[in-house]
Amino acid sequence: MPRHPRLDPLADRYAARTHGMKTSEIRALFSVVSRPEVVSLAGGMPAVTALPLDAVGSMIGELVSGMGAQTLQYGSGQGDPRLRERICDVMALEGITDASPSEVVVTVGSQQGLDLVTRVFCDPGDVILAEGPSYVGALGVFQAAEARVRHVPMDDDGLIPEALEQALLECRANGDRVKFLYTVPNYHNPGGVTLSEPRRQAIVDIADRYDLLVIEDNPYGLLGFDREPMRALRARDSQRVIYLGSFSKTFSPGLRVGWVLAPLAVREKLVLATEAQVLCPPSLTQYAVARYLDTQPWREQIKLFTELYRERRDATLESLDALMPPGTTWTRPDGGFYVWLKLPHGLDAKLMQPRAVNAHVAYVPGIGFYADGSGREYMRLSYCYPEPDQIREGVRRLARVVEAELDLHSTFDTIDTGTFRAVARPGPTHTAENIVGPANSDRSEDPRA
Amino acid sequence: MTEPAAPAAATATSEEAPLHAVVLAGGLTFEREVSLSSGTQVVEELARVGVDAELRDADAELLPGLAAVPADAVFIALHGATGEDGALRAVLDLAGVPYVGSPAAACRLAWDKPAAKSVVRSAGLTTPDWVALPHSTFRELGAGAVLDLIVARLGLPLMVKPASGGSALGAQKVGRVEDLPAAMVSCFAYGDTVLVERFVDGVELAVSVVDLGEGPEALPAVEIAPESGVFDYTARYTPGLTEYHAPARVPGDVAARAADLAVRVHRALGLADLSRTDAIVDAGGEVHFLEVNVSPGLTETSMFPMAVEAAGHDLGDVLSRLLTRRARGSA
Repeated sequence: MPRHPRLDPLADRYAARTHGMKTSEIRALFSVVSRPEVVSLAGGMPAVTALPLDAVGSMIGELVSGMGAQTLQYGSGQGDPRLRERICDVMALEGITDASPSEVVVTVGSQQGLDLVTRVFCDPGDVILAEGPSYVGALGVFQAAEARVRHVPMDDDGLIPEALEQALLECRANGDRVKFLYTVPNYHNPGGVTLSEPRRQAIVDIADRYDLLVIEDNPYGLLGFDREPMRALRARDSQRVIYLGSFSKTFSPGLRVGWVLAPLAVREKLVLATEAQVLCPPSLTQYAVARYLDTQPWREQIKLFTELYRERRDATLESLDALMPPGTTWTRPDGGFYVWLKLPHGLDAKLMQPRAVNAHVAYVPGIGFYADGSGREYMRLSYCYPEPDQIREGVRRLARVVEAELDLHSTFDTIDTGTFRAVARPGPTHTAENIVGPANSDRSEDPRA
Repeated sequence: MTEPAAPAAATATSEEAPLHAVVLAGGLTFEREVSLSSGTQVVEELARVGVDAELRDADAELLPGLAAVPADAVFIALHGATGEDGALRAVLDLAGVPYVGSPAAACRLAWDKPAAKSVVRSAGLTTPDWVALPHSTFRELGAGAVLDLIVARLGLPLMVKPASGGSALGAQKVGRVEDLPAAMVSCFAYGDTVLVERFVDGVELAVSVVDLGEGPEALPAVEIAPESGVFDYTARYTPGLTEYHAPARVPGDVAARAADLAVRVHRALGLADLSRTDAIVDAGGEVHFLEVNVSPGLTETSMFPMAVEAAGHDLGDVLSRLLTRRARGSA
């Protein structure tokens, strides 16, 4: 068959929403991350080798050999009832004590939960409020739904309630349909910050005043280093807050088990939507999680994880403190996986990436965490996966990369003939003045983000 | 379009023992993903014509692996440094392992785009005017003054690209003086030397050259027409974003000049077995050399396989013949 000139005879038939799906240079740069020479501070991969792998292996083997008739069979669209009971026990650790298993829908990771919620609530053109920056995987879901994202700024105490209120007022004035606020209140991805206690109540109060639905995405809530889990937004308002949970960070991301906790009427729609999408979540992995929670010391395992992540966080912050050139700033997470780093003025993390790859260190450029193309001067560093020594080496390499980039900018930023304008200062402000539509194909570059 | 000829009985199935080939792909470069696609394609094509080929990365396992299970020949599907700059080939020479492709010294020359342009111009061929400078020159002499001179001499628009490397990574067309400093900053992230070249508007061609034992022969030129007007990384590797025409829709005399240019480039740089020359045909029909690739892409969207197909050859057969010649020491 003759080759089609465009190599794709279906090129004219794709849906308009797929037009942003293009191969990009960032993907190419990420391809070296798998090589052992490269210190990857990019992927948000949990340290699964710290699990009792033999015990988990025996447990899963027994689930197949002893209960194959159930574990290898289709299951309920809403998810296994026993697992839903155990999920309620887990949520109780964060103050959600009124949840009923009937309000829980088990999903293929919380990512599917977010997709379901977005499908159920959003029409094309609807507005979603989200922190700026926001989780890259969520932006991908919102883009697929053709929703518009309006970023709301954060600071070290998380989402700023006044900014949220301002955004709501402006949306109201513009006649925009705001469908929900999407927020990651604990150990934010990528921001590394946590919503403070007073702000939690303030956000819930604003939601009440403005009749705002809140999607609380909480994969990291149990991974605090120095404190007990904070009380969830859902624990404060059971009607306006839909809660997304996950076992990916507390047990295993490979099992793909998450959940949605939603009021009954919403739950009904979510079940219908998930049945249309996947029929039912995988039976075997649901049984595996339920059995793990029943038979393994999972709270102790979470403690072990947090001690390991704390050590890696310490290595990251100590190295950054010691090595990063002046003008670089970063967040100081007290839980979770991520540090959000701001480069000295004028530097662009995306443009700098080839130099970093050459230096054998990888990070995720900040632009991927914004729907509006901003965030160029930021990067996300993940400390969850590399060993502390690797982290120190990675930060050392990164510091040299930043220094080299500063040297380069000092050459080209101060051109003295007047013929040339200095390098345009990249990076719009983070106050997200405008609502932006789906854009920026560069953000879905880190498959493990 | 001519249907490819059926494979001429796998070369490896003659009276001699079947070939065992190692296909090198991956590496530690920006083009790793592209290379892995190329390598996978080569292994599949070779398997289709009966050659036992395995894919290996160029890492610390490579030399012990080749020592333990010697390959009859190595096919280098590595793109970017190491695979294309001659270094890996020099090591294979030391190890006495035959490989398909150009020798180390020729690769070093071709990898250095400004050096290759000098050789090509010395050979009497046309290539856009250029200047190649390291960052230190801009720092020491003042970027503004140097950029002033470049624009005064080469005009606008300009192509700004890393002095080495492929897949158009880091390459930009700059039409306005005020965009030039940012383009330089972006380009220097890929390497310490930038090649600034006068931009030539015209029809982009990729002319593949293959030598199956009777001297280098140009395959039909592939014409590249990116939807966006710029054949950047995205346009190269996203099916649907670029139109390819093989053979190119250019007059016969232009096609002949392009073929001649590619063969002369291949010879002038001392290349062997296969290469791909990228060129542009201006409004007057003149063919300008842009750069040459000693390890041309072999992915599903690459131009070398298109050219092989347009010539009526079978890709697996061509690759197998190249390997056989090297393995039997007849090249």
